[in-house]
Amino acid sequence: MADNPASASDPWRLVVELPSERGSNRLVTDPLLAQLGGCGWPEADVFAIHLAVEEAITNAIVHGNMLDPDKKVRVSCEVSPDRVLVSIVDEGSGFDPASVPDCTADDRLEAPGGRGVMLMRSFMTRIAYNAKGNAVELEKRRA
Amino acid sequence: MPTHKRIDVAKVGDVTVVKFVDRKILDEAGIQELGAELFALIEQDNRRSIVLNFDNVDFLSSAALGKLITLDRKVKSSQGRLKMSNIRPEILEVFQITKLNKVFDIRGEEAEAISAF
Repeated sequence: MADNPASASDPWRLVVELPSERGSNRLVTDPLLAQLGGCGWPEADVFAIHLAVEEAITNAIVHGNMLDPDKKVRVSCEVSPDRVLVSIVDEGSGFDPASVPDCTADDRLEAPGGRGVMLMRSFMTRIAYNAKGNAVELEKRRA
Repeated sequence: MPTHKRIDVAKVGDVTVVKFVDRKILDEAGIQELGAELFALIEQDNRRSIVLNFDNVDFLSSAALGKLITLDRKVKSSQGRLKMSNIRPEILEVFQITKLNKVFDIRGEEAEAISAF
């Protein structure tokens, strides 16, 4: 828990470079979740933010950097009582988010993967990829 | 009886009731173990009527969804039936967004799921 709770004018910030290893997500999600709790974010929003950040970092590590130990994932977070902003950048070649098949199409409903981006879009207020497709920004505004 | 690390398994009549040990199902190694333990219920123990009780589960990632989909397919292809119960609203929303609520047989409480076999 942070000593000084974040405020709208003085948000809590975290900038971290993650190794491209499964499980390094927690270097972001553990302090982020503690901060969201400290700022009084509702449980449903905490779930939504956690899920979106988890999926985005996993995509960056596994699909972006392809678990390459020479590559890092740079994550920056900004948390205030009414807004959360998380930016995730990998060193991969990027991808076109529009090319991800619709996992809710009848013939893809039972496909084992491909749901992360859709969940991020649904649970966050805004998500935006850069043109290259190796950086994503996630924003959640408190209802 | 095999030892499980990721699930607790009980029998209620002919129905196998599975509860999850982890409140958060998200790390890759844990999800692989979970998948192996769930699939073994079908492939080794020949269970055919299974309820997954999510009472203990606060969070799951999309990688975990993949295991649930594979389990559902294995159960169906072995003429078994799988039902899910006690799902918290946020996880239910995950199933609704991904339309997995059309694939899975989702019930309210465990007793309701058991009596639906």
